[in-house]
Amino acid sequence: MSSIPTETVTPGKASLFYDPKIRGYVYQIALLAVVAFLIWSAASNAIENLRAQKIASGFGFWHNAAGFDVNQKLIPFSASGGSTYGEAFLVGLLNTLLVAALGIVLATIIGFVVGVARLSNNWIVAKLAMIYVEVIRNIPLLLQLFFWYNAVLKPLPDARNSIALPGSIYLNNRGIILPSPQFAPGFEAVAIAFLIGVVAAIAFFIWARGQQAKTGRQYHNGWVALLLIVGLPLAVFFAVGHPLSFDYPQQGRFNLTGGMQIFPEFVALLIGLSTYTGGFIAEVVRAGILAVSKGQSEAAHALGLRSGPTLKLVVIPQAMRVIIPPLTSQYLNLTKNSSLAVAIGYPDLVQVFTGTVLNQTGQAVEVVAITMAVYLTISLVTSFFMNMYNKRMALVER
Amino acid sequence: MTDATLENAPYAYVRKETLQQEPAPLSVAGPWAWIRTNLFSSPLNTILTLLCLYLVVDAVPGLIRFYFLDAVWTGEHRDACLADKVGRPVGACWAYIADRFQYFIYGSYPVSERWRVNIVFAMFALGVIWLLWNQAPLKKIGVFFFFVILPASAFILLLGGARAEGFLRFLILLSFALAVLYLVLSFVPSLARFWIGEGQLTVEQEMPAWQRFYRPKRLILIAVVVFGLLAVLADRVGLPRVDTGLWGGMMVTFLISAVGIVFSLPLGVLLALGRRSRLPAIQLLSVIFIEFVRGVPLITVLFMANTMLPLFVPQEYSPDRLLRPLIGVALFAAAYMAEVVRGGLQAIPKGQYEGAMSLGLGYWQMMRLIILPQALRIVIPGIVNTFIGLFKDTTLVTIVGIFDFLRTIEATLVDPTWATPTTRTTGYAFAAIFYFLCCWGMSRYSVAVEKRLAAGQKR
Repeated sequence: MSSIPTETVTPGKASLFYDPKIRGYVYQIALLAVVAFLIWSAASNAIENLRAQKIASGFGFWHNAAGFDVNQKLIPFSASGGSTYGEAFLVGLLNTLLVAALGIVLATIIGFVVGVARLSNNWIVAKLAMIYVEVIRNIPLLLQLFFWYNAVLKPLPDARNSIALPGSIYLNNRGIILPSPQFAPGFEAVAIAFLIGVVAAIAFFIWARGQQAKTGRQYHNGWVALLLIVGLPLAVFFAVGHPLSFDYPQQGRFNLTGGMQIFPEFVALLIGLSTYTGGFIAEVVRAGILAVSKGQSEAAHALGLRSGPTLKLVVIPQAMRVIIPPLTSQYLNLTKNSSLAVAIGYPDLVQVFTGTVLNQTGQAVEVVAITMAVYLTISLVTSFFMNMYNKRMALVER
Repeated sequence: MTDATLENAPYAYVRKETLQQEPAPLSVAGPWAWIRTNLFSSPLNTILTLLCLYLVVDAVPGLIRFYFLDAVWTGEHRDACLADKVGRPVGACWAYIADRFQYFIYGSYPVSERWRVNIVFAMFALGVIWLLWNQAPLKKIGVFFFFVILPASAFILLLGGARAEGFLRFLILLSFALAVLYLVLSFVPSLARFWIGEGQLTVEQEMPAWQRFYRPKRLILIAVVVFGLLAVLADRVGLPRVDTGLWGGMMVTFLISAVGIVFSLPLGVLLALGRRSRLPAIQLLSVIFIEFVRGVPLITVLFMANTMLPLFVPQEYSPDRLLRPLIGVALFAAAYMAEVVRGGLQAIPKGQYEGAMSLGLGYWQMMRLIILPQALRIVIPGIVNTFIGLFKDTTLVTIVGIFDFLRTIEATLVDPTWATPTTRTTGYAFAAIFYFLCCWGMSRYSVAVEKRLAAGQKR
């Protein structure tokens, strides 16, 4: 179907039949005609089939009441409260974003630790890291999710015999029960202080960098940042008088009451995604570090830099240039892989929307199109920023 | 100071002869030194080593005890694997795997027809070895076998029934017609002038008649032989129809991955060429397809294939339930394959393109004879890696209700015949070993190819 033009350069005048320009137009028009025909026939068939099956089309279902409940939700949602399919979509989307965001953080930590461990001069650490990477990367994610969910979390004891961990944390087959924080009025001040701290820390970094470029003097950036980001909110926290208490779960006769429940589906998905993607990130990190030639660190040592500054000023900046593009694609993979949630029943976008809503409304075209549009938007936005970053970071060559 | 001056030195305390080399001190050679430098070189390393040793000592004996020492290897049903029935702690229940092994391979494919699956397995193995083994002869015929003969025969053998036999009859007719055509052409070369270039024709005319146009003849011959054998089989033994609903197990896993590779590779090459085309419409369509597919999760593509594909075609042509995910997987893999192939195309120096054009080759001749052979060779590791991803992703068809290998494991886990506390762990371990061996083997292969290719680059 995708006919490709001749790239031959025809000298002088030739017959129209051999003119590459005209051939090119003919090929393109033919291809466009085929694609247009395919789309037209698919659309007309779809309309006819939908009419035959008496399925409505259009996005009218968005405001219809959804007759189902979701266990994990970040916004209020209930069948009895008359929540709509549109709200179900939001619930699913937020759950996807939640597990993806936490997964990215955990996977990055695992990946960097394991990736550095693989290059360690400690034989046993390097070998263990290698075994981890090989095993994790060569087993399908779905099987790993089944393992975490069905073989690790489900066989935990029931609520009556919960395993108690230090800090009033309970573990049972309904998930993890944590003390839930109760925010008293006045806590907003702490949050605002935290934001101010972050902004101030960034401002200080910029100022310190300018000072260093001008005078060569270095400041204790890390300590200042710690003071601003952690110290300031803490000070405000005590100043307004502990606006935070915890609701501890109580072990009752049959059940646990109070506290905050983290569902086993979420835990299994989070563990599975972050360990799996962590294995891939480890390889990315290893490749990035190996990509910095040894001469770079040797030259830094020759200039008199100790190993700490060498790592910070010479090796890591160059390694990051190699690491970041594949790292971003791993983040995207993790986000896309979070759709496997449907297999273990975590209510993510695919499970709630492409699963339940599609089954209830039968409007496959609209539902699948919306779901794909969400993932596509995430991917395209990320690659847009990625390209911008690459342009900034690309080596400027002569 | 050089030796010469030492020899001539007038001082009695200057040594005249060279000393024997002493053995390296124990602190830098031997096992003890190895342990010191590799395990205990610094306080941090010592702590890490002890931590890792503790981890290994803690985990490994338990795993060995569970999966080997305490494991049950033979038995008829669940009683063999229940601790209170056996009277000892019970580890992995391998008896369950042994009992269900056939099911894991063939799914519910009728027992009397399983030889057909075996033939397809054998042909698949033959094709894979033919293509992947570097020294294998007649690579071009191998490609034809893997990408044309194998899919057709697999379809006929696995499905069977009237439709497959009709298809077989058509294939045999086609190959015979081509055979006759080429025979005539070989003996009457002037007829071939229509589609063989003048220059090539003069070369071919020099040869004896039976050698002219001899490449297509071999392809036709192998087609006639294979399809003829199939026809004999269908005639003597009969190939009753086996519905795709009965297919399952490793057979389906291999089927999906094979279909994925057989269709995604050619499609991916076309898409990669399209993406590098100078014609804006073709380039745009290729880019849209590739970026769209790579931007969405496979599971949504499968949902789309499962729910939307039947809507897009007239009711009477509604695709089979197994065919839908196959189409989805093939299209999905094609987009990834296209990016891998594009990498190869970009790595070919411009001089190769210009050289080909200066010889007067057209676009397709240039691609077929000069560019693609080089480009595909350097991206073999990339293709294998994409294929490993595809192989792991076949498990996702479980979600749209296809009985692949992982689904057969899950299905046996709810079966009360083998419901024991350790069945699940055993089943998952078996599945993990299966996938690990397949994927790890492939990645070893791709590393080996990479090394071989790198050796060619060394000077």
